[in-house]
Amino acid sequence: MALLALAFAAPAAGSELRPTPAELESELVCPVCETTLDTSDAPVARRMKARIREQIAAGATKSEIKSEFVDQFGTAVLAVPPRKGFDLVAWILPLAGLGVGVVAVGALVWRWSRVRGDVPPAGGAREPLDPVLEQRLDDELERYE
Amino acid sequence: MNVARLRLGAQAIAVAVVAALLGLLIWKVAQGDSPVVEELARGGTPEAPLFTLERLDGKGDLAIESLRGKTVVLNFWASWCGPCRDEMPLLQQGSERWKDRNVVFVGIDIDDLRSDARSFLERFGVTYANVYDGKSSTVGRYGATGVPETYFVDPAGRIRWRIAGPVDEAADLDEGIERAFQAAP
Repeated sequence: MALLALAFAAPAAGSELRPTPAELESELVCPVCETTLDTSDAPVARRMKARIREQIAAGATKSEIKSEFVDQFGTAVLAVPPRKGFDLVAWILPLAGLGVGVVAVGALVWRWSRVRGDVPPAGGAREPLDPVLEQRLDDELERYE
Repeated sequence: MNVARLRLGAQAIAVAVVAALLGLLIWKVAQGDSPVVEELARGGTPEAPLFTLERLDGKGDLAIESLRGKTVVLNFWASWCGPCRDEMPLLQQGSERWKDRNVVFVGIDIDDLRSDARSFLERFGVTYANVYDGKSSTVGRYGATGVPETYFVDPAGRIRWRIAGPVDEAADLDEGIERAFQAAP
């Protein structure tokens, strides 16, 4: 387990200390076209890509590079919103929506199963006939035998 | 709890949510352009939205409110914008031509890298004040549709004229200034 954790932790640490332009370009958004840098060819996106390469060449970490862009363009420059402050809403709302949906569907299923349980099954046990009616039915059948 | 009442409550909430979303959609569609642009189009003189932004020359912040009593030429630009490069010499010359007549030029650099903006100003020898708005906080409030765009604000802080797109000739710049300048008390 510890080896497995180390195997995953090592690339993450490497990515933080030695980020690649490609990963940063997929994690930062062009402020003009509002798509990630790797899918944008807008002039400002080209300048941001060049700046990323300059920063990487200067030995900046991934967090430092991202911080520089956030300082200039705000948190909207991040493709994935940070998990703090007001931006936390972007993480909580979908989960809360999912929770509400699961509860609603569960409640509906429970309700439907209860309603179906009240209906007597087709072809199942029937109530006994009235003895008078049963006698009359037997008499009628005897007449046809 | 009474199931019928519960169902009625849930239906009421659902209808309220749908009505609210519909109202939001109608409001958004009806809103259209920014109030500033709409009022200008009607011939009005909207108040210039207030802002306080960091100066690119490193001399602290600049608040547009501090320029009350002066005619202000407010130019939105970015270093990566070709037409902004084309009009910049005209703006710099204009700022020198009008500086003794209580007219100040202010550039608002948007959607740009700070370092690129500083290099740009240095390359074009721009001497008037420029502020940095990387988060484009002023764009929506002024109704700027892109860069470059220039607003002419009178000494009372009201927008008198707007040029959407580059300033092609000095005469266009002077006309905008005259419109705002003549409104001076």
